[in-house]
Amino acid sequence: MIYERPNTVSEAVEILSKSHEKKSILAGGTDLLVQMRSGYYRPSHIVDIKNIPEATQIRDDGDTFLVGAGVPGAQLSEHVELIKAWPGVIEAMDLIGSTQIQGRATLGGNLCNASPAADSVPAMIAADATCIIAGPNGYREEKIENVVTAPGVSSIANNEFVVSIRLAKFKTGRADAYLRFIPRTEMDIAVVGAAVCVLIDKKGICLNAKVSLGAVAPTQVVIETAPQILIGTRLDEETLDKLAKAARASCNPIDDKRGTIEYRTSVAGVLTKRAAKIAFDRAGGA
Amino acid sequence: MATALKDFKWVGTRAVRPDGVEKVTGRAKFGADFSLPGMLIGKVLRSPHAHAKIKSINIEAARTLNGVKAIITGSDFNELPSEWVPAGEVQINFRDLSRSIMARNKVLFEGHPVAAVAATSEIIAREALALIKVEYEILPHVIDVEAAMSPDAPILHEDLFTAGVEPSPKTASNIAKRVDYSSGNIDDGFKEADVIIEKHFTTQPVHQGYIEPHATVASASEDGQCSIWTSTQGQYVVRAYCSEVLQLDISSIRVTPSEIGGGFGGKTTVYLEPLALALSKKAFRPVKMVMSREEVFRSSGPTSGSSMKIKIGARSDGTITAADVELKYQAGAFPGSPIMPGCMCALAPYNISNAKVVGYDVVVNRPKVVAYRAPGAPISEYAVECVINEIATKLNIDPLDIREKNAAKEGTRALYGPQFGAIGYIETLLAARGSNHYKSKLHENQGRGVASGFWFNIGGESCATININTDGTAELVLGNPDIGGSRASLAMIAAEALGIDYNKVHPIISDTSGLGYNFLTGGSRTTFAGGLAVNEAAEDVVRQIRERASKIWDIPEEAVTWEDGFVRPAGTNAGNFEPLSLADVAGMAAKTGGPISGHAQLNAQGAGPGFGTHICDVEVDEETGRVTILRYTVVQDVGKAIHPSYVEGQMQGGASQGIGWALNEEYIYDEEGKLQNAGFLDYRIPVASDLPMIDTIIVEVPNPRHPYGVKGVGEVPIVPPMAAVAGAIADAIGVHLTDLPMSPPRILKELNKKQ
Repeated sequence: MIYERPNTVSEAVEILSKSHEKKSILAGGTDLLVQMRSGYYRPSHIVDIKNIPEATQIRDDGDTFLVGAGVPGAQLSEHVELIKAWPGVIEAMDLIGSTQIQGRATLGGNLCNASPAADSVPAMIAADATCIIAGPNGYREEKIENVVTAPGVSSIANNEFVVSIRLAKFKTGRADAYLRFIPRTEMDIAVVGAAVCVLIDKKGICLNAKVSLGAVAPTQVVIETAPQILIGTRLDEETLDKLAKAARASCNPIDDKRGTIEYRTSVAGVLTKRAAKIAFDRAGGA
Repeated sequence: MATALKDFKWVGTRAVRPDGVEKVTGRAKFGADFSLPGMLIGKVLRSPHAHAKIKSINIEAARTLNGVKAIITGSDFNELPSEWVPAGEVQINFRDLSRSIMARNKVLFEGHPVAAVAATSEIIAREALALIKVEYEILPHVIDVEAAMSPDAPILHEDLFTAGVEPSPKTASNIAKRVDYSSGNIDDGFKEADVIIEKHFTTQPVHQGYIEPHATVASASEDGQCSIWTSTQGQYVVRAYCSEVLQLDISSIRVTPSEIGGGFGGKTTVYLEPLALALSKKAFRPVKMVMSREEVFRSSGPTSGSSMKIKIGARSDGTITAADVELKYQAGAFPGSPIMPGCMCALAPYNISNAKVVGYDVVVNRPKVVAYRAPGAPISEYAVECVINEIATKLNIDPLDIREKNAAKEGTRALYGPQFGAIGYIETLLAARGSNHYKSKLHENQGRGVASGFWFNIGGESCATININTDGTAELVLGNPDIGGSRASLAMIAAEALGIDYNKVHPIISDTSGLGYNFLTGGSRTTFAGGLAVNEAAEDVVRQIRERASKIWDIPEEAVTWEDGFVRPAGTNAGNFEPLSLADVAGMAAKTGGPISGHAQLNAQGAGPGFGTHICDVEVDEETGRVTILRYTVVQDVGKAIHPSYVEGQMQGGASQGIGWALNEEYIYDEEGKLQNAGFLDYRIPVASDLPMIDTIIVEVPNPRHPYGVKGVGEVPIVPPMAAVAGAIADAIGVHLTDLPMSPPRILKELNKKQ
């Protein structure tokens, strides 16, 4: 096994282009190291991106933030401007693991691990986030919902890696929220996750919305009808019931040790409704 | 009733624990912390199948791998006769133990060891495991207890014929044993009843969940001497079991216990120790073996899952007239579930004239069960307590009142035989009723449940030595691994009995060579039985001190008194001497006959049965089925709390484990009998944030058969939680659940059914 720690994006891309064996990008390592230790996965080549400035900083890029793919959750949870702009994304990231895990786990890793149950991914999708991907032909930018294509599989090519995540800056009237269901209070994997982002006007009328679910299908789900249902309303009870129904209709879950199809579908509606209320309140609705 | 105890200087205080600094600074050495020069690493090859014949094992490729020093398989172990030997609260069959730690011609559960390797590194040991070729013939398997009892079930043991039925069956089955207890006539009893409730319950096997996985180092030398360092609840038991399984003289094995990161009954047996020793006997190098958490789940024993039928009748005033109990316990791959204690405890808290309890011990293709805190009792008592709660609801009687009306008290004869002495069950009910918790108000979607629990508590073999140093300090040598604070409690008892400062007593846990046999830390026996031994050893010291003083003063021994840590002449006619402290006399020890050292070895009798009553408040999220524990109070009669903080810790810990059992813990098997959740991520014990601070109320009805009134503490608190939580959920949602765990999907399903 070869471990390399490039100092720049181009060095990293060069390494990734050369090696044709089982490569793994190491950001926080909270998934990779566990997989290696348990013997389920043994990479031949590990490329650690934590020495690359673009991947380890939270940068101001005019109208947006660029969050390095190697920035740990603990740092995000102390970033005042990010918390103000994206309370839902930050709370989703903060739900992952324990305090110790938060010192290492990253948004970029959570995305690229491509688990359908990843907490931060539905939140980033609802927030309309994108990711900056570096490869042999330079940079490209991709919507988050286009990254995970199947459980454990992403659209990031073998010679590419995610450098950073782009999130918009604070906007009055816009807020997000993320809720997950686990049988415990922490240290668990989402049975269902629901992220909602709404934009409302001064009167509390919804102008735009995006809703995404996790752990209810092979990949994160975007509820396509959510904008139709929410725009023009004040997220009243009847509207939220319609949203819950749409959430349930968009589920395509499996029965496994963490939950049944019936249970996941039912709870997806409940959480979507609850997350929408929180987002609406945060946006100044209520 | 209650014997008044005099005031104590140390007993009953919250003294600083002697093992505290070592543990918080990380110095304490647990099982996996031990290493020796030249040490090899041992690893176990485990069965991937739930039930299969082993057609062949080929170790050639592994044996010739560079760095591999020893390999063992079933053929390295002697066949032992099948016989049951009492082992504290349970019984043990060494033939089965031997087959359980290393499969012979059949594997009986996924994770069953089939071979073990010792190599110069862990990587090489793992590579060697991959090179061992095992040819299996897969057999049909059975996981569920009811399915295992059906006539067409796959048979685990062709030579297993149900014991306890007449005439003895001619065909083999998975039912190892039938036991029954009865009194009065239940038909007559049910005729007297105004209300009868009959329910079927199921519970899941639950793991002890000790945070430290099994870990051991064994070293055998060419002269036959063997040493083992291991994380265990009983170093003497490890020695005895290794001696049986490997057919070695007991005196050739010396076992040193490490600090222990939890046991809860799960470390009362051996898994790795005989394997490491057998490997070391081939390689003549020390062999270290440490289980992963996954191995702990796949191959160490949880407690039984069960299927139970409970029928109880009561008059409209709440008097129970009859109880009919049927219990089926999973034993795992070999006979020996805690069905006996399950049967004996089921109705123990109550005085019921007409009662019948029948139990079955059933083998299934899972790891052999092992003791878990009050083995057997939480299962049967959960079901009985649930039915009693339901009767109380039906009759509109307060659940504490119905218990008080039927409660066992001093003089009540238990269904299993003995008459209770100074027990404190009713006192726990009264304390629960008087608590602020019980008087507090609940809100919407919230509910309150109560339940009680009983456990025997045991005594058993214990030894102690107290070596008095020339400066008056004392070395207290103990023979039981300290799991729940026994070093502190026993040092407090020694300080009390010797009249010296607690901080002058230094307790240590001896290896097997330092003291006579001590039964293991279990059965809530250690502070009780160890306390008796320590007290007797202290009396031995005092006798010697008086003898030395009589020599110093040249007066008869009878003329020397001992009081509050000083020897004095008995009166003026005995002589006029200044009192001497223990330190004064110890300082002159060499001149007065040599070192002063007190000993005791005994088999402690007179353990006091323990009773507890728990109050639980929950809130149920009606949309997700999630249960939040809002408030929880444990009330328990402990006889006398030697160290109240440790006692409270035991009460809180038992409740926490019981809450996990009630709400989320379960083994999930796939269709091939393979465990799907062999880790703490998906085997959900409660995390700290899942629980409120658990309140405790210590009730003290002293045990008259102990100098300090001690009864056992550690096991009773895991008995009531499941029924207390079930009662609280029933109070919140109006449905009495009968299957554990009461996980969110199960509760949501019940809620949907109700609508």
